[in-house]
Amino acid sequence: MSHLMELSNITKSYEMGTQIVHALRGVNLTIDEGEYVSIMGPSGSGKSTLMNIIGCLDIPTDGIYKLDGIDLSHMSDDEQARIRNQRIGFVFQQFNLLPRTTALKQVSLPLMYAGLSRKEREERAAAALTRVGLGDRLDHKPDELSGGQQQRVAIARALVVEPNIILADEPTGALDTKTGEELMDIFNELNEQGITIIMITHEAEVAEHARRQIMIRDGVIVEDSRSTLENIPDMELVPA
Amino acid sequence: MNFSESFLTALDSLQSNKLRSALTMLGVIIGVAAVIALLSIGNGVTASITDEIESIGTNLITVSTDRENSGGYNALSLSDLEVLGDPLSSNAIEDVAAASSGAQNVVYGSESLNLTVSGVTESFFPINNMTDLLAGDLIYEPDVETGARVAVIGSTVASDLFGAEFPIGESIKVNGVSYEVVGVLTESGQGFGGNPDETVYIPLTTAQQRLYPDRTRSGERAVSTIYVQAASEDLAEQATEDITAILREQHGITYNDEDDFTIISQTDLLATFDVISTTLTLFLGAVAGISLLVGGIGIMNIMLVSVTERTREIGIRKAIGALRRDILTQFLLESVVLSLVGGFAGIILGWIISVVAGGYLDVTSIIDASTVTLAVGFAAGVGLIFGIYPAWRASSLRPIEALRYE
Repeated sequence: MSHLMELSNITKSYEMGTQIVHALRGVNLTIDEGEYVSIMGPSGSGKSTLMNIIGCLDIPTDGIYKLDGIDLSHMSDDEQARIRNQRIGFVFQQFNLLPRTTALKQVSLPLMYAGLSRKEREERAAAALTRVGLGDRLDHKPDELSGGQQQRVAIARALVVEPNIILADEPTGALDTKTGEELMDIFNELNEQGITIIMITHEAEVAEHARRQIMIRDGVIVEDSRSTLENIPDMELVPA
Repeated sequence: MNFSESFLTALDSLQSNKLRSALTMLGVIIGVAAVIALLSIGNGVTASITDEIESIGTNLITVSTDRENSGGYNALSLSDLEVLGDPLSSNAIEDVAAASSGAQNVVYGSESLNLTVSGVTESFFPINNMTDLLAGDLIYEPDVETGARVAVIGSTVASDLFGAEFPIGESIKVNGVSYEVVGVLTESGQGFGGNPDETVYIPLTTAQQRLYPDRTRSGERAVSTIYVQAASEDLAEQATEDITAILREQHGITYNDEDDFTIISQTDLLATFDVISTTLTLFLGAVAGISLLVGGIGIMNIMLVSVTERTREIGIRKAIGALRRDILTQFLLESVVLSLVGGFAGIILGWIISVVAGGYLDVTSIIDASTVTLAVGFAAGVGLIFGIYPAWRASSLRPIEALRYE
């Protein structure tokens, strides 16, 4: 069976002034449908770069990234935008909601770019907001919502396109512990419903919610709980 | 994402920044208002002058001396007038009149004014549509034949010299000689060949004897202008040709010499004026157009600021699936909507300005469809052209960089 995601020998280098920074130095990783993965690493380890590539926000300098068996390594901006729109939901540390825009509009935005009718958009957006417990806050703007509520709006926005992958970048980073815990419950629930969740964090307690922990350092994966716990490293390494 | 969605998104974001949108629009509002006001006042002035010329009648032809070809002499004389007025000379000519004019000191009591004094033949008044009198009589044939010392004065002359006094029967002095005022003309306000309201008319023969003794080369008493009324507008051209032929023969001009006179028909005048007014209107329009251009640069400026300020928003929109085209359309529509709304506000403002200014200038401003279309088209064009670059900048932002932007 093919994997949901397959990264082979992914590298990414940036030019910063005269220096060339190697953010990723050959990452090999496979993730299957329905997994709950956390990616941990110190700052500068390349975890955000990895997340950007997995999330189709960026393309690798070298290597091959396949999503559902389709090579995405050389896609154009607009092709990437289509993949993000239809397959991937994003949850950011800073929530990244549009200012002065109601929750309902925020959440229906991805559906607008997908070309759905206004009526259908609003129905689905309302349903998604209800799903994260904000059914009574449809007309609230970001500055009228608490941090936890804003992050739940962001989750609803990620969910509304019914993606099979949710990428969360430090989703609890800007929240207090209790709100963070509530948020993790939502992620657990979504994972139980079959959505693949990939979460970047530097907090060990948060990472523990995931069923598979990956550690990245200096642009390479240094630890992967699946290969150690399930003790089947050979199958991972031998090419099919 | 379809067009109406983009349009609503653009409206949304303009609304969320009302003050800035309004200030940005101001440039376009002023530009469009200037275009509308200047063009419509220009059109109004053109129309009212054209009207005046046409009210004199397009079958009026004036003949005057061309001094370059007359050897410095005044070329026209009363015998020319007689020949032109002879029904046997041309069937295209209905009536003729002559006048000799100059500036003279006119005195009544203690009032002394420097005015145009014209010696005219009796037919001068009917030919120039000046037969309406406030009081008294015109100058008639016997006055001209006898060289009577009578005067018909314009309405402004009457009020300036006599104030509240009744002028008929009073005596005024022109160049030291007394004249009896026999008539006062109604106000005419026509501005060609001097203002009749500010003119004193006396019999031509009297003027020739006492004020304008110039003679032609052959020693006849001269006149400065001959007025010819063509039998109809259609015959105006024929009349012009006949006048030329008759006068050349009268003056003994051989076939390869130049005319010693100039013929101006009202039609010529209209055509000349048309060229002047079109040029003037275009010039005014261009000046107004420049302010519209400045307004457009204002839009571009604000849109560029807006793109920078909303980098994060653009990043979010792209992250959740907005295509380049979606962002491009949104920002382009924002600037087009700004300039179109500004354009419509400008039309209203320009209309108000043109009505108010027209009132002061005593001109009925004319706003026609082409002026409005031009202004709105220009405004939309400005929004589109100056919106392209900022919109392109916005659409080509990379989502990760835009999201990282603080």
